Amino acid sequence: MKPAPFIYHRPESLPDALAVLAEVGERGKVLAGGQSLLPLLAMRLASPEHLVDVNRVPGLDGVTVEPEGVRVGALARHTRVERDGPAAEALPLLRQALRHVAHPTIRNRGTTVGSVVHADPSGEMTAVLVLCDGEVVLARQDGERRVAAPEFFVGPLESAVAPGELATSVLFRRPGGRTGSAWHEVSRRHGDYAVCGVGALVTLDDDRRVVGARTAYVSMGDTPAVLDLVDAVGGAPADGADWAAAGRLAAGRLRPDADIHASAGYRSHLAQVLTARALREAAGRATGVPEAA
Amino acid sequence: MSEGAPVNAPETLHEVTLVVNGVRRSGSVPARRTLSDFLRHDLRLTGTHVGCEHGVCGACTVLLEGEPVRSCLLLAVTVDGAEVTTVEGCCRGDGSLGAVQQAFQECHGLQCGFCTPGFVTTITAYLRDHPDPDEPAAREAIAGNLCRCTGYQNIVASVLRAAELRRREGA
Repeated sequence: MKPAPFIYHRPESLPDALAVLAEVGERGKVLAGGQSLLPLLAMRLASPEHLVDVNRVPGLDGVTVEPEGVRVGALARHTRVERDGPAAEALPLLRQALRHVAHPTIRNRGTTVGSVVHADPSGEMTAVLVLCDGEVVLARQDGERRVAAPEFFVGPLESAVAPGELATSVLFRRPGGRTGSAWHEVSRRHGDYAVCGVGALVTLDDDRRVVGARTAYVSMGDTPAVLDLVDAVGGAPADGADWAAAGRLAAGRLRPDADIHASAGYRSHLAQVLTARALREAAGRATGVPEAA
Repeated sequence: MSEGAPVNAPETLHEVTLVVNGVRRSGSVPARRTLSDFLRHDLRLTGTHVGCEHGVCGACTVLLEGEPVRSCLLLAVTVDGAEVTTVEGCCRGDGSLGAVQQAFQECHGLQCGFCTPGFVTTITAYLRDHPDPDEPAAREAIAGNLCRCTGYQNIVASVLRAAELRRREGA
């Protein structure tokens, strides 16, 4: 239960960090918050030859509201993002979901970008990023690229980050129009891995009729699933839509796996119920969103 | 992927200096030394307990710059220069029991005591930020810490009692 030996690097600037990452390539691993990496090292499920600790790299801990949405830097801890007032105002879903990410003690150290890069299909931030049409900025020594959320999540614990690259920030896009959001999940204890988690975005037109209903899920497959459910509720008034029908539609489209915590059937049942619940709540919140937003 | 450095190669040591419970402490350790092991093995501060060693149980919780963190999920070298408070630092200036520790004693908040250091540090930080919790809030505050003697009722009571003691002292 102790990490295997590794060669430790602590670059103090972004160019230095990218130079080290270029040099060590696939023999290296980035350390930011370490709340997922340290258990992997302790259990020796991972034993990289080089560990590149980016915690001293300046300029990566920002949380900024941009016209397009909320940009979160690689070293912004979950707690910092969760407490950021302007970010919560621009994109309430972020705070709604962050409150379900592990326990506060873990959120004090773990980073939002790190949990995206970790690509654990039970990690709330993966689903939020997909639901918000987000993107990840990947820097390397000779440039950078932006990867859209659906392409970023390749498989369980597998992201599009290539050897030599560092995820410097992610952008969570702010939904347009009169849109409300909600996050619902069921776990054995608050803070544990979700058995099923659902994020919802509902968009209303000027007459408060549903024109958009999208959901994203954690613990319901290898990568964060995102569904468009407008077929079930499109055109219905916000306070009278058949959310249960949307829940049934969602459950029919998801193919969860069974594990020690829940059968596939129970997960599908949760998805059906939680989808309806999250959509109804999101629609209620959208009703209160001023037209200009 | 490579399996790391050869087993018998001497490991590079890194100088780590922390301010622990107000005292400057240093050690020379390999990079893979966790903060929990650094505190226990190198600084001989054995109040911090190591339970699961992968971030689940919360027994190793310490305060890093005042905020609770799992010391088993941090490398000592990464927090070089930081200020750390362990359970040994949760007492009063004269060495007598702090409010949280006293509440645990009064309410029988511990049985075997293994998990207690993590609870004491977590609750100390929690009450600093939330001086007047109700019972559900007190329960939520300790949700990240496991007690295998199943003593949660008395631990929740200890949180509420510690809050009362702090208020009485005007802390």
